[in-house]
Amino acid sequence: MSNLETKPADGVAAGSQVNPVENRFTNRFSHILADLGKNGIFIALILVVVLFSVLTNGILLRPQNISNLIVQNGYILVLAIGMVMVIIAGHIDLSVGSVAAFVGAVSGVFAVQWGLPWWLSIVLSLLVGALVGVWQGFWIAFVGIPAFIVTLAGMLIFRGLALVVLGNANIGSFPTEYRALGNGFLSNVFGELELDPLTLGVAAIAVIALFVQQFRTRKGRASYGQAVEPIVWFIAKLVLITVAIGFFAYALASYKGIPITLIVLAVLVLVYGIVMNRSVFGRHIYAIGGNLHAAELSGIKTRNVTFWLFVNMGFLAALAGLIFTARLNLAGPKAGDGFELEAISAAFIGGAAVQGGVGTIGGAIIGGLIIGVLNNGMSIMGIGIEWQQAVKGLVLLFAVAFDVYNKRRSGGR
Amino acid sequence: MTDKVDAPLNILEMRGITKTFPGVKALQDVTIEVGRGQVHAICGENGAGKSTLMKVLSGVYPFGTYEGDIVFENKTVEFKDIRDSEAEGIVIIHQELALSPYLSIAENIFLNNEQRGGLGLIDWNKTNAEAAKLLARVGLRENPTTKIMDIGVGKQQLVEIAKALSKRVKLLILDEPTAALNDEDSDHLLNLILHLKEQGITAIIISHKLNEIKKVADAVTVIRDGKTIETIKKSDVTEERIIKDMVGRDLENRYPDHTPHIGDEILRVEDWTAHHPQDVSRVVVDNVNINVRRGEIVGIAGLMGAGRTEFAMSLFGRSYGSKISGRVFKNGVEIKTRTVSEAIANGLAYATEDRKTYGLNLIDDIKRNISMAALKKLEKLGLVNDGQEWTVANEYRKSMNIKSPTVLAKTGKLSGGNQQKVVLSKWIYSDPDVLILDEPTRGIDVGAKYEIYSIINKLAAEGKGVIVISSELPELLGICDRIYALSEGRITGELPIEEASPEALLKLMTMEKAR
Repeated sequence: MSNLETKPADGVAAGSQVNPVENRFTNRFSHILADLGKNGIFIALILVVVLFSVLTNGILLRPQNISNLIVQNGYILVLAIGMVMVIIAGHIDLSVGSVAAFVGAVSGVFAVQWGLPWWLSIVLSLLVGALVGVWQGFWIAFVGIPAFIVTLAGMLIFRGLALVVLGNANIGSFPTEYRALGNGFLSNVFGELELDPLTLGVAAIAVIALFVQQFRTRKGRASYGQAVEPIVWFIAKLVLITVAIGFFAYALASYKGIPITLIVLAVLVLVYGIVMNRSVFGRHIYAIGGNLHAAELSGIKTRNVTFWLFVNMGFLAALAGLIFTARLNLAGPKAGDGFELEAISAAFIGGAAVQGGVGTIGGAIIGGLIIGVLNNGMSIMGIGIEWQQAVKGLVLLFAVAFDVYNKRRSGGR
Repeated sequence: MTDKVDAPLNILEMRGITKTFPGVKALQDVTIEVGRGQVHAICGENGAGKSTLMKVLSGVYPFGTYEGDIVFENKTVEFKDIRDSEAEGIVIIHQELALSPYLSIAENIFLNNEQRGGLGLIDWNKTNAEAAKLLARVGLRENPTTKIMDIGVGKQQLVEIAKALSKRVKLLILDEPTAALNDEDSDHLLNLILHLKEQGITAIIISHKLNEIKKVADAVTVIRDGKTIETIKKSDVTEERIIKDMVGRDLENRYPDHTPHIGDEILRVEDWTAHHPQDVSRVVVDNVNINVRRGEIVGIAGLMGAGRTEFAMSLFGRSYGSKISGRVFKNGVEIKTRTVSEAIANGLAYATEDRKTYGLNLIDDIKRNISMAALKKLEKLGLVNDGQEWTVANEYRKSMNIKSPTVLAKTGKLSGGNQQKVVLSKWIYSDPDVLILDEPTRGIDVGAKYEIYSIINKLAAEGKGVIVISSELPELLGICDRIYALSEGRITGELPIEEASPEALLKLMTMEKAR
């Protein structure tokens, strides 16, 4: 390849020397700032938790409440995972609340009215959710109708169908195994103890796995000559996360153990995290959201990706519906009301971009947790539902505004 | 170093302009003097600081964020924003036109400068009448109520100028005004600039195209690495001197040497026909037959609208058009290219003429853009090998001389030349046998063009077939072994390089269908 010797070797083309000392300082400083930007959402979560622990005189961090936090928000977090993927691809799904209600009702028919075994009811219900996704995905991907319209229609269609299935009544009294999905715990495997050893053991394994994974990634990056964050910063972050996990595990262990919902969530986060970060499918989602035309002309089967994205969303909406129904032990007409808005908020608070192409599963989960802590904290404080709504709206607005400001500063030229 | 331009009075003097971004001095002590009623060209490679200088001048970078003085009409000016500079009569027309497609020509011209009648409401009769006058001045025969989306880019450019005239412009700045225009529209625009000059309007024109600078400019200032190199008077302007100033060395040959080693036929397209995607009755690509041999660089010459891009995209996975028919043979065996992935799997690659819209994911990094078309090569059990991907991207960064310290830089922040190198890396990594390069050097500066040509030569030397589509005849004549001419969707001729000349090609390119 021709190397024009007159060209400067590196990207900083038009530049006379800047004082190296000053440069190193600004580099380190900007590194920390950039990192704060990247982890801003995580720090925001910590701030919200600290704020509400103070405002609720510590009730927020009581073992029982921490356990509740997970169980009460599980279904939103499940939805947030699918929603952030849809948003990264540049779409939106307004129907998830209605789909959750519809699938909840259908599962009632399977498990209660028809008396099918609990596991078969769950599998069939998830299948129904996936079929709903097939329906919506078909219109969006292959007919080319904007997702906003298709899922707005879906919001009405499946809310209506949920009412049809329920026939003006609630369906209740689900089998115990089914109900475990929403309010079961994995504990007391080793007998009744003050602190559940299983919970602590799982937490310990999780911490070890995290350390191994983080150090391996870091080593891998370094061996390929990529820049890694300063070791102090890296260790500090790990210690912080370890303390958080430890505290969290202690709380769960001293209450009822690991909620089944949490296990489901952990599996989802792990699987979908890998899908979005490492899999070809995940890459294609980012590519489509970043530039649809370029993705198409690079041979990516954009319609197929979009289609499967909505099938997946239908599946996750069904799962959220099951968890919610299991938790209430009741499939009712009002189920899933407003879920879509909370899931969408979670994705955006978690750093997803409205134009698509940007967002992470981890971000959406943290975004969902922030909403969860707000809900929970304000409820404990006895703040009415009307103010809760207003506060959540403001948080969404400020979170996105902060993100926009951050990007403008870092991209500002 | 700077030759004084002999002008009776300078309308603009920028003295000692220095603009620093964190860590980088984008402009360093730049001085430029623009004579009243002259056309002044500013030349420089991408990233040399031309746009930054114009942003300083027009107040995009407000007073106080740069050092140095701007003297306009004999008084020192301190613009806080673009409205300030427009109030003084400085209007900048950006490369990416700032028109609203759904509004009419007249509405666009008077956007934010609405012609009001009684009660402060818009007086539409006055708006359209005034717009018509302005359109006459720029020589655009369109109804003022026509929507912007219904006229071509060339005419849109004229609307921008009409808009500038409506603001009583004294100094008109045009940033690469002909980059997206065909030859005819470019000529019209350049003549208009000369015409406006007669009416006393000073113009600064930023351009890569040396022939058009020679045509219109009274003086040329060359900027390199954020510094003024020199200002050349019209009488002293030669392409060689400008190029030398721009790249800092003599570029004796703008095209690298290329000794063809041509082998057997690698691709043959027979009777390729495609219709317009919406207007299905319209034939856009008409019975095209071409072939490419191993190691051969084949050019496709054609005017705007001849169907060059349409042919390439319809061939590449039917990305364009409807009712497509024809046969494609690779190494003598018929292949199908019904979808892009099928075309890629069969060894075709197509690098688009519009990198930003069709070529790159601008919000993602270099690494992921390079791997985008060939993720399969990095995949195992559905998972992408990150480390290997990084290694691959880094190799391309070095071998293609992509100027970025890391492959994790977002492609949206690279210059045009470097973006094009990323696009080429992407396609080379997909292991094609035949590459179709559509306007591979559009909007790229001279030095980077040379590098792109070297890459094309190297691909041919490796035994690949390369098809180059270009609207610049010198470029095709400089790099190709054989050139097809395309007119109205038909191949009107084929010339080996020894017989090809601009005149011969133009004759074929303008050959009309017998009716």
